[in-house]
Parts: sequence; C-alpha cells; structure tokens
Amino acid sequence: MIGFHVSASSAVPTYMQLVEQVRRALRLGRLEPGDRLPTVREVAAAVTINPNTVLKAYRELEHEGLVEGRPGQGTFVVRSLSGPSPQTLDKLRTSLESWVDQARAAGLEPVHIRAVVDGTIGSLLDAEESA
Amino acid sequence: MSPALVADRLTKRYRRTVALDRCSFAIPERTIVALVGPNGAGKSTLLGCATGLVRPTEGTVSVLGAPVGDRALPRVGFVAQDAPLYRNFTADELLTMGAKLNGDEFDGAFGRARLEEVGIPLDRRVDRLSGGQHAQVALCLALAKRPELLLLDEPLASLDPLARREFLSALMDAAAERPMTVILSSHLVADLERVCDQLMVLRSGQVKVLGATDDLQATHKLLVGPPQRRRPRIAGVGQIVSASKAERQIQLLVRTSGDIVDPAWDQFDVSLEDIVLGYLAADRPIELLDLEEADA
Repeated sequence: MIGFHVSASSAVPTYMQLVEQVRRALRLGRLEPGDRLPTVREVAAAVTINPNTVLKAYRELEHEGLVEGRPGQGTFVVRSLSGPSPQTLDKLRTSLESWVDQARAAGLEPVHIRAVVDGTIGSLLDAEESA
Repeated sequence: MSPALVADRLTKRYRRTVALDRCSFAIPERTIVALVGPNGAGKSTLLGCATGLVRPTEGTVSVLGAPVGDRALPRVGFVAQDAPLYRNFTADELLTMGAKLNGDEFDGAFGRARLEEVGIPLDRRVDRLSGGQHAQVALCLALAKRPELLLLDEPLASLDPLARREFLSALMDAAAERPMTVILSSHLVADLERVCDQLMVLRSGQVKVLGATDDLQATHKLLVGPPQRRRPRIAGVGQIVSASKAERQIQLLVRTSGDIVDPAWDQFDVSLEDIVLGYLAADRPIELLDLEEADA
C-alpha cells in the first residue's frame, strides 16, 4: 500500500498529484499488478482532502487502464509501468544521440529528423505487431 | 442531481441592517461547500435560515427538496459557531441526550465508536476537554444524527493547526463513508481549499460567486496589461471581477467567457484565494481605476 501526500502550493491540481504519485510508484515498482490501492475513505481522511477528489484521481487511473475498481473489494493495480533500468536507458539514449549528430552533419533539419525517426519507428513497430 | 439547498430571493433584515439581500442560489447535493466571506457578511444568518433557527424576512429556503421545517429538520445536522455544548455533560451523556431528543435515526453507537477512534474519553466532562476535542465531540453529535445535509458555522476558527487538520480529517472520513452535503463557513478560504469542491463567496448579504472550484479556477485569470484610459474590452473576458493599477500597468482579475488571445495582455492562473479576494475587493472595480465607461 502506498501513502499519498498533497502539496497546497503546487500548481498541479490535487487529483493529478494523486494520479502522478500512483504512476511514479508503478514506474519504480513500488506498486505492482494485483496490489490494492487505499480506499477513497482512507485517502480522504489521511490526506484531508475531498473524497470526490480521490474518486476523480482513481477514475483517471482507471481510464488510463492502470487500475480497476472491483465492486465491494476496492481498487486494484492491473498494469505495471516499470520499464527498463536507468543504465539501459542511458545506453540507448547515447546511441540515439550519436545518430542525431550524424543526421545533423548530413544536413537534416529538426523537422526532417523527426519525420525519419517517426517513420522508421512506425514501420518497424507495425511490422512487429502484424507478425 | 437535485440540489441539497435552494434559496429564492432569501432576505433577512434586522432593525437597520440587511444581513441577507435577495440571495438566490442552489447548492448541488453531495458536495462540500466552502462558504467564505468577511465577518458580518451574512454567513451565520444564511446557515441559520437553512436550519430554521432564523426566519427569513422575505424569500424562501428549502433543504433536501422540502421547505425548511419539521419535515426537513431530522435530515439536517448543524454545529453553531464555537460549537456550544452542555459543558458539565460527558460526551457519553451528550450522545444519550441526542438519542432521546432525536429518535430512532440517531445512531449513538456510531457516535461512540467515532469518538473512540479519535481518542476522546467518553466519560470526561466536556469542559475538561481541549478545544480540538470539544470540536470533535460537537461534530460527532451532529454526525450521529446521520444527516444528509451538515452545516458547520466557523468550525475551525478557534482551533490550532493540528486540531484543524484532525477535525477536517474526521469530517472527510464521514463524507466518504456515506453521501452527504456539507457546508462549512470560514473567513479564510485557505483552511478549506483542500476539502471543498464548491466555493460560495458572500459579501454584504449577497452571493458574489458560487461554483465548482475546478470550474472557477479554470475560468478565472489574472491579466496584466498596459494602462487604460477607458474600460478595456478584451475578447474572451466575460466579467472584470477586480482591478488594480500601478504606474505602468494594470492588473485585472477576470472571469473568462472563452480563450483570451489578445497579445496586449499577459495572463496568469489564479488560486482559489485570489478568486475570493477578487470578489471581496470591490463592488465596481472599474470605477476604482478612474476609467470612463466605454461608449456603447
């Protein structure tokens, strides 16, 4: 179970702060599929916020397909967001940077670079999906 | 959703003063309303009218679909300012009294369980409790009535920050436990910002603004622009709420009616407190700027 907190001085709406805390816990592996989120009542009392705000946050998470409300049981995590390790990401980013440098050296404008990247990713992933 | 409270040209005059001046509004059910305004704005009179303790001079109030009176009263909970309780009673005795005065719907067991949860001794006289505990006992008595509409007049005014937090936490727990409409009055919106989803600003007996806090924040902007000689006309501005002037620029708090794209004006988001202060600031904001009304 995770604990929520809310910053009054933040420009981020309260319900969004809750949504982001769940997303972050999912990315860090602190929440995993099958885990139950605290009830609306528990969050409202613990954080001292309007229960409707908590409901709104949970509905948003449900809409994103991250959690699922089960009547009479609570709200459960159904999808994980934990991705590759930071080292792996670093490595991938470095190789992409050297490719972007090559593209610039070849005289491509940012728009063209993006088009090439999008096009390549699109066709590769499409092929993968249809395979 | 049907409204929890409807006022129609609600007016209350005392000898020389007008406490409420033709207030017409509807409060949606299952919301938590921050009723905000300076001292003397009419907040207590408004809550008094909703309970039936204050009789309107003109106009009507209905609560939960019925006119204020015997039929509605069992479904309404009310804690008056300073949470008056019989001081030589214990919390337990007050709950017994509540049950005898209210009948079957009063849930004494629920009240005792709640007080134990927040660590208040049931057998101690009320005048031996701390301010925070006193407020919790009053809240608990009102909640034990299992009201559908709960009215709290300045519930936080005499509490220290920790007791405020504990009081609001108990209130949020109750609001999440079963559907209820809550109206809390305060002269400070900051206290209620986290817990309310509706804001109502009262000033000089009139409702200056009432709406969902999300909508109000989405539709109010602070505009900063060049000095004006006439009342500015800015596309996308529905109402100029308040205005202030410095030598080289003026600031306007506006309620928008659409997107504002005028490059002469920088726009900024505002807090709920900014909105409250804007509506409390002035009746006729533009006159304060010594601007001429634009020709129609």
